[in-house]
Amino acid sequence: MRSDPNKAGWGLKAATWAGVLFLHIPLALIILYAFSAEDKSYVFPPPGLTTQWFAAAWARDDVWAAIGLSFRVALIATGIAMVLGTLAAAGLARTRFFGRDAVSLLLILPIALPGIITGIALRTAYHTMEIPFSFWTIVIGHATFCVVVVYNNAVARLRRTSPSLIEASMDLGADTFQTIRYVILPQLGSALLAGGLLAFALSFDEVIVTTFTAGQQTTLPIWMLQELIRPRQRPVTNVVAVVVIALTFIPILAAYYLTRSDEQPSSR
Amino acid sequence: MNTMTLPAPAASGGGPLRRLSDLLYTRRGLALGLLLVPPLLWFGVVYLGSLFALLANSFFGLDEFSGVVDRSQLTLANFREMLQPANVDVVLRTVAMAVAVTVACTAIAFPIAFYMARYARGSQKALLYIAVMLPLWSSYLVRLYAWKLLLAKEGAISWVLAELHLSWVLEALLATPGIGGNSLSFSRLGTFIVFVYMWLPFMILPIQAAIERIPGSLLEASSDLGAKGSTTFWKVIFPLAMPGIAAGSIFTFSLTLGDYIIPQVIGDSTLFIGQVVYRQQGVAGNIPFAAAFSLVPIVVIGVYLWIAKKLGAFDAL
Amino acid sequence: MTVAVTLEAVSCVFGSGAQTVRAVEHVDLTIEGGEFFTLLGPSGSGKTTCLRMIGGFTLPTSGRILIGGQDVSQLPPYARPVNTVFQDYALFPHMNIRDNVAYGLMVKGVDKAQRLRRADDMLELVRLGGVGDRRPAQLSGGQRQRVALARALINEPQVLLLDEPLGALDLKLREQMQTELKALQRKLGITFLFITHDQHEALSMSDRIGVFNNGRLEQVGTPPAIYNTPATRFVADFVGAANVFQGERARQLAGVDSVMLRPERIHLGGQDRARLSGPVLDVQYFGAFSRLRMDWAGEPVVVDLNPLQLAALPDAGDTVHLHWSEDAVHALQGTAA
Repeated sequence: MRSDPNKAGWGLKAATWAGVLFLHIPLALIILYAFSAEDKSYVFPPPGLTTQWFAAAWARDDVWAAIGLSFRVALIATGIAMVLGTLAAAGLARTRFFGRDAVSLLLILPIALPGIITGIALRTAYHTMEIPFSFWTIVIGHATFCVVVVYNNAVARLRRTSPSLIEASMDLGADTFQTIRYVILPQLGSALLAGGLLAFALSFDEVIVTTFTAGQQTTLPIWMLQELIRPRQRPVTNVVAVVVIALTFIPILAAYYLTRSDEQPSSR
Repeated sequence: MNTMTLPAPAASGGGPLRRLSDLLYTRRGLALGLLLVPPLLWFGVVYLGSLFALLANSFFGLDEFSGVVDRSQLTLANFREMLQPANVDVVLRTVAMAVAVTVACTAIAFPIAFYMARYARGSQKALLYIAVMLPLWSSYLVRLYAWKLLLAKEGAISWVLAELHLSWVLEALLATPGIGGNSLSFSRLGTFIVFVYMWLPFMILPIQAAIERIPGSLLEASSDLGAKGSTTFWKVIFPLAMPGIAAGSIFTFSLTLGDYIIPQVIGDSTLFIGQVVYRQQGVAGNIPFAAAFSLVPIVVIGVYLWIAKKLGAFDAL
Repeated sequence: MTVAVTLEAVSCVFGSGAQTVRAVEHVDLTIEGGEFFTLLGPSGSGKTTCLRMIGGFTLPTSGRILIGGQDVSQLPPYARPVNTVFQDYALFPHMNIRDNVAYGLMVKGVDKAQRLRRADDMLELVRLGGVGDRRPAQLSGGQRQRVALARALINEPQVLLLDEPLGALDLKLREQMQTELKALQRKLGITFLFITHDQHEALSMSDRIGVFNNGRLEQVGTPPAIYNTPATRFVADFVGAANVFQGERARQLAGVDSVMLRPERIHLGGQDRARLSGPVLDVQYFGAFSRLRMDWAGEPVVVDLNPLQLAALPDAGDTVHLHWSEDAVHALQGTAA
């Protein structure tokens, strides 16, 4: 249902764009602050502009260590999530069996329930089984809630793929494995990539579950959280924040363009 | 037709891979099982297992002398502890905040969603969609940090209000008990504003999807039958958008209920559910109590989901 | 002539309990090598399920399927010597046309140069030489259909299955493709198994037709046999327009319980020795013929008239007298549909 944009009341338009501004001004502000010359407070407007903090941030070892850990965790967690998510999608996309809805609910649960529940549940499990905190305790948590992201993308693409393509491939002599290799995977390709990118971004940014499963380790979000509670060098934090914005924009936009045609057809 | 020597099509019984392929084809159940076993195994063991551990631990207690979790007997001590007035306060405070945030998000999101669904076209629509999506997917902490900057005593908001000679409004708000505090960045009002900001995209998108699903012919029929614009809105559009609102409210409600970072960074020193759980499992080492307390948001969300389902939220997801 | 496909007591049942669907019920069918055989019937009649069972996409729940004498009942599609042209063509969108056509050869391990050359030859055969480098999305529906045909035929199947391939084409294109397909089949000599719900298509293209209804095969025969001597009321009604009479009226006309009379076999004449007389209900103009309905004591009788052979068409209410030759009336077996 579409109406002429010019007929929308000015009040509605104003409310819409005000809302959009509300969403984006804070982000714009951070970018401004990364160049602020003031380093002791968050004063506005900034007394002067400088790029010195970028160099200062570059020199900070703890920042690099945190980025490194987040990156490694995200990489492995995304890998696991892609395997599990694709298998689940292949199993659930076009089948009907008893308990099917329960299974899709189970996959969504880690993201549907608040992070604190997933976090405390994992924490309790590790404690009960006397598993010490490690790289893997973080990865396990991340992989679990990243599965659904890959799953959603894969299922959307599989549902859009005509089943007769698989039948045609088999009809022409390709067995199950050849069909997977020559027809199914190429069809899924960009959806899986998009799912992987989103999963990566999600894992890279996740903080709540991570704080429960990381023990003493510091991922980048945990580093930022510590800075938020006890600011040490504010400008460096600003710079890191800007870098994070830039780093996460790219996979999100890429994922969006890869799967644009998979969305529900909206009335254009 | 001139023939070319083709390798004979492999009848069943070519190499082992081919035989496996045949087996998977004729035994659909086996193929399905192979696909689903790894994810189900993972989720069963890791996720359901953890949830079970959580539930179990809520019935354990701490040994009084050693402070270690005593797993030899079950107890309801944690639940009795939760009924203490201080803890009940925490729950009520958190639920009240969740409700307030949900209402505010709905009010702000609705015009945006409505415009996006009904009026935006082509590139404008894509632009709006990206504009709403990007904050959703960009870093939670960065966005929180941005608000820390904005709300600071010396920050942008104070500056703008000072320029507009409206500082007295801010002072009055901050002096109000219950929502005020030392400064915006350490007050319940500030917490509220940040919550609304964080979850706003979660509310916009389902409402937009729900409104978009309304067939144009319904609106035409409504005006054809003589209804004015506002009547059509309240009698046709709003009820049909309800599932979208309900779906979005699931996010805002449950996210607010479980969040402990925003109240800690922006809030005054009163505690929310998430903070209690976090502190108990960390500093206090009282995992059983943390586990028991975390059952509260699960139950509250369960009830809320049940209500939302009645309102048709799941059709809109 | 060798036998290409045999179905022995084949059934296909989906679901269970209250939701059982008996898609195909105990079908026996023999298709000769080299013939153009059509499975005809309305949607849900089981013809598509039969085709899918022969192709291997659905497995029969009982009975045997033999292709070229070999029992293939439980074999997957890639192990059967048949190829299929799908209703939606099912061209692989991520490959160009040439690779699509060469796909069957590729999975069998034929080397690249040879299979690509062969693919180009096949495209020439279906009169699409030159589109090899394009993608399916860039072709029209009719072109895609030819590609699907080439892709299937390149594998030299014993039987070619065509699942309502012309359904998506507009009328002119469809008629053109009908002629081409028939010519292609004659030229190649491969057994074609064709599915359609369009009786005109079936009559004009087939060597033999199998008519399906509710999962059962009601009649198998040549087009003239199906048209002039339908076995059951369903077949009579489905293939062409028919006047079907039961019980008392049937006995009055031919002394049997159920008869069929084709509208074009009836002509108007004088009152003298007329078989039936009555008032005209209405007359519809169809260009090549006009269709008149006469009221026979409550039941309409349909008569197809060539307008050029009459001085003037009757009007509603006029009395007309119907004549037909003895052999125009055909007795039907089987219960009322």
